[in-house]
Amino acid sequence: MLDKHADYIAAYGSKKDDYEYTLSEYLRMSGIYWGLTVMDLMGQLTRMNQQEISDFIKSCQHDCGGVSASIGHDPHVLYTLSAVQILSLYDNVNVLDVDKVVEYVRGLQQEDGSFAGDKWGEIDTRFSFCAVATLALLGRLDAINMDKAVEFVLSCMNFDGGFGCRPGSESHAGQIYCCTGFLSIAGQLHQVNADLLGWWLCERQLPSGGLNGRPEKLPDVCYSWWVLASLKIIGRIHWIDKSKLRSFILACQDEETGGFADRPGDMVDPFHTLFGVAGLSLLGEGQIKDVNPVLCMPEDVLERLGLHPDLLS
Amino acid sequence: CPIHQCPSNRKEWADLEPVPQDDGPNPVVKIAYSDKFTDVYDYFRALLKNDEKSDRAFTLTAEAIELNAANYTVWHYRRVLLQALEKDLREEMRYITAIIEDQPKNYQVWHHRRMVVEWLNDPSEELEFIAEILSQDAKNYHAWQHRQWVLKEYKLWDSELEYVEQLLEEDVRNNSAWNQRHYVISHTTGYSDPSILNREVQYSLKQIKKAPHNESVWNYLKGILQDRGLSSHPGLLEQILELKETHCSPYLLGFLVDIYEDSLENTSGDQVEVLSKALELCELLAQEKDTIRREYWSYVGRSLQMKYCSDDPSTTSSAPETDRGSASVSVHQETTCNS
Repeated sequence: MLDKHADYIAAYGSKKDDYEYTLSEYLRMSGIYWGLTVMDLMGQLTRMNQQEISDFIKSCQHDCGGVSASIGHDPHVLYTLSAVQILSLYDNVNVLDVDKVVEYVRGLQQEDGSFAGDKWGEIDTRFSFCAVATLALLGRLDAINMDKAVEFVLSCMNFDGGFGCRPGSESHAGQIYCCTGFLSIAGQLHQVNADLLGWWLCERQLPSGGLNGRPEKLPDVCYSWWVLASLKIIGRIHWIDKSKLRSFILACQDEETGGFADRPGDMVDPFHTLFGVAGLSLLGEGQIKDVNPVLCMPEDVLERLGLHPDLLS
Repeated sequence: CPIHQCPSNRKEWADLEPVPQDDGPNPVVKIAYSDKFTDVYDYFRALLKNDEKSDRAFTLTAEAIELNAANYTVWHYRRVLLQALEKDLREEMRYITAIIEDQPKNYQVWHHRRMVVEWLNDPSEELEFIAEILSQDAKNYHAWQHRQWVLKEYKLWDSELEYVEQLLEEDVRNNSAWNQRHYVISHTTGYSDPSILNREVQYSLKQIKKAPHNESVWNYLKGILQDRGLSSHPGLLEQILELKETHCSPYLLGFLVDIYEDSLENTSGDQVEVLSKALELCELLAQEKDTIRREYWSYVGRSLQMKYCSDDPSTTSSAPETDRGSASVSVHQETTCNS
């Protein structure tokens, strides 16, 4: 069904009456990253318009160095990362003023080591991940206070071994992905209690085979990414029942339209399509390129960049 | 709700040149928007471009938010205007209250509320408001983060444990509430006082009796005891073994394994019995009670075997695991060391 998924992504945004597309303008840069990455994983990146996208990204970099979700929107670390990821796929980060990107990211770090998302100061471990992932792709991890950054992320480790968005926040699979990804890039995975966290993560698997994000919540195909990638990073991916998960992910496909939904029968979108395909890649699906569990990008791209974030065994 | 007139139809906007959507130099797509959406956002872009700071701009942000509350740039601009125009922040609190009621699962609205509370330096409405939102969805992650911030920033701990208990009465499986319990106690009395620790242990056991298949309570129990050692809490093993008869679950069995493991780690003397029980449980979990996680339980069994078996480990089939996922290595042969 991969061709159907590729067709879905290639056509996304070109349908005339697409209100959903308009409404998601505030995250357009991430939307493009999701679309391009899943196309690359399926070996179909060439179907996308590299020039148009590069021009778009260039117009989204602001004077402060940060990148916005779309033209006329304000810069934010989320979209700065997405922009750098996209340009890395194309081996063309110099479309942006890289030094200014680095300055922007550096400027978001707070005294306690945490990172704000933008000048308005929201703190979240998601942004710690975005900051180091951006800098890792640009080869500029030296720009921030890494010790302090690590200290803050570790302060978000909870009694169950998981991580939340700020110290004390409930453990959540999405945040756990960001924190384990962060610690991988920072070379600090040994600070994780891998057995305890691995158990919490494999507890996400429900009898249906799908994964949820926290205890007693519903499964969602995007957790096939957040949970599975985290398990891969900490060396415990085999603690998931792979064949049951694979069945669940495949059941989230829409055979008519292509694409994946959050759970079987729901509407598809590019976000869940990427994470469904990336999850299948982690499970060893032959026709999909290997995906890097830390950066959610094709391994061959990171190979080209010489990036090998740590994984526990 | 009064009939809306698009800005382009309103006299007071006549001086402004609306800025159409720009999808980039070579737009591949021709997007059709609803008229009102197009209009409001065209004018919003014009205001941004001119950096206009006026009441009409402020009013327009509300319209833009109504059409798309996730648009973070509009929220930024609204905050700039709130300050530049010295708007009534109490009124803004009423506004953001209504928006959050309508769309409680959005990052921007909660961050906006936090900023207004900070500017006013007045948290007096917060706990009640958040409780109201949680009454609609008791696991709303944003609401909980906001609540934790309010509690810590303004030191409003007094009634929080009571509130948590109320929520757990309503749904003992609410993981957010268990997390909050840990948060409150950690920030107030802490767990080092033995009477507090025991209170929490007994509370947890009581909740387990009510709903044995509840991951959260078991995580909590383990979480509060693991630093001191599960096997060192007086009478706990006996209580768990008692519960096993009437309120068993995979979580209980797993917890027993944890107690036995802690005992093996921290007690001297004859370990064979304890190890044997632990291995038997791992086997039971892997083969029957929690088969979806058989790889995990096999791993635990093998690890215990390797660490505590007094015989040469190579006489048992406990080869270290690689990351490729295992052929199922049965724990069966490993329930004793004397193979």
